[in-house]
Amino acid sequence: MSKAVGKRRLKVSPQAPAKRRFLSRVALGTGALMLGGCDRLNQSAWFPKLLSAGEWLSEGVHHTLGGRRSMAQEFSEKDLSPSFRGNGNTDPESADYKAMAERGFADWKLKVDGLVDRPASFSLAELRAMPSRTQITRHDCVEGWSAIGQWTGVPLSQVLAAVKPKPNARFIVFHCADTFDDDNGPVPYYESIDMDDAYHPQTILAYGLNGAQLPVTNGAPLRLRVERQLGYKHAKYVMRLELVEHFRQIGGGHGGYWEDQGYQWYAGI
Amino acid sequence: MSNPIPPSAAAPPAVKPASYLYLRHSLPVRLMHWINVISLTVLLMSGLMIFNAHPALNWGQQSYDGKPPLLEITTRKAADGHLAGVTRVGGHEFETTGVLGLSTGPYGELSRVAFPSWITIPSSYSLADARLWHFFFAWLLVLNGIAYVAYAFFSRHLQRDLAPTRRDWRGVGRSIRDHIAFRHPKGEAARHYNVLQKLAYLAVIFGLLPLIVLAGWAMSPWLNSLWPGWVEILGGRQSARTIHFIVAWLLVAFVAIHVFEVIVSGLWNHLRSMVTGRYRITADPRAEAGHE
Repeated sequence: MSKAVGKRRLKVSPQAPAKRRFLSRVALGTGALMLGGCDRLNQSAWFPKLLSAGEWLSEGVHHTLGGRRSMAQEFSEKDLSPSFRGNGNTDPESADYKAMAERGFADWKLKVDGLVDRPASFSLAELRAMPSRTQITRHDCVEGWSAIGQWTGVPLSQVLAAVKPKPNARFIVFHCADTFDDDNGPVPYYESIDMDDAYHPQTILAYGLNGAQLPVTNGAPLRLRVERQLGYKHAKYVMRLELVEHFRQIGGGHGGYWEDQGYQWYAGI
Repeated sequence: MSNPIPPSAAAPPAVKPASYLYLRHSLPVRLMHWINVISLTVLLMSGLMIFNAHPALNWGQQSYDGKPPLLEITTRKAADGHLAGVTRVGGHEFETTGVLGLSTGPYGELSRVAFPSWITIPSSYSLADARLWHFFFAWLLVLNGIAYVAYAFFSRHLQRDLAPTRRDWRGVGRSIRDHIAFRHPKGEAARHYNVLQKLAYLAVIFGLLPLIVLAGWAMSPWLNSLWPGWVEILGGRQSARTIHFIVAWLLVAFVAIHVFEVIVSGLWNHLRSMVTGRYRITADPRAEAGHE
């Protein structure tokens, strides 16, 4: 086979060996340049900014197609994952949280403030007394895996109705009890969603999983479900909701703990 | 598209020169071809980095229904206490240390990643950055693909150069034998794609590429919500992820065969025609003599 190829090549051009050497050098050089070049581009300031045009396009097109109301698929009980995987933080380390967990979150309260007319706090019992929604949905992690669970909670729209958001409130920031450690110590987890997602019928503050109380592994006492987006948007161990006009001044300024690490704010893809 | 160069050859000449250049690939086709080369390369390499975040493939809606993954690449301690890279496919385990599961990282360190650093973008583990690359180049590939299909249809490139003729269909058997024997058309016959080539291009343009894009969309929770349940067409979100992975490697196989055929049927001539557009036809006295 290689003999026939060589013969044909020689017939085309007597300088084939030199050409071949040149070509293999070009191929090797291009390969090395590409790999090194991609890493260098990746570390530059401007290139990732250019790449994030992809996020902007996806978000724009998805919102145009889906609007406020497109509904995530709901499943039946036979589809439930035998056990629902806990990921990221599965047991917050702070002493305050541990003490609350020990008391079964009896003295835990959800604080809601920021751009609202009536800032308020809600105990777990008060949230349970509000209208509830139960949904069996698929949880999609940014890593690639999916798990199916049954969530019970209060629609976020119910809580918002109680606190009366001001007209300039554009985002809801979820402040959480869990932290990730970096060089300067613990960094609190937080997330944010826009008002379209906040008022979506499937957006709930969940206190139950698979018919039982939400376990610590999955975010007790309260976690967000925002079903049209990836797992990292679904803040666990929620302590406080803050309504804001923009989130530049919060955390690293990108709207969430993982967003501050370079992940996209729009996690519908 | 087939304007011969020099122009004197535009009208069918009574006697064809022994060798001449003609415009084989129009500028839009050349441009779009190289955009594909760049986007597919980046998509493969950033895609493998994304795979590294969860190096297992399942079938169905979810990953944790109790069934073992179809494919899993991981690292485990061997009996002698050393780390080993292992790949499990359909219940069989293979040691793949050095390439899959355990390999040398970008700084010479031992790295516990599924696909090695030399084939991923970026080379060091970063799911966030890989997603940034992947989705930008995915948009580029899709927009380029739409532009190509529109161009190919309206310029009649599709109907004229890619659609197999009745004569092509009759020659499939012969074309297979020619490919196996590395016999390539010469003279005027080299001005047309052969039937296997046409079928391969059509399968990629209208089969593999739309399928990989659809499987990519099926992984987006937001796009899932546009028509709840549509993702079950592909068997569920995790099946879609598996299909996305398999089709990526089918595209790699296509590119490997494509590049191989380019090399054995005249690398420089083909390369020039995809850069400047000009392809050299060298008359084949035998074929011309017996021309129908």
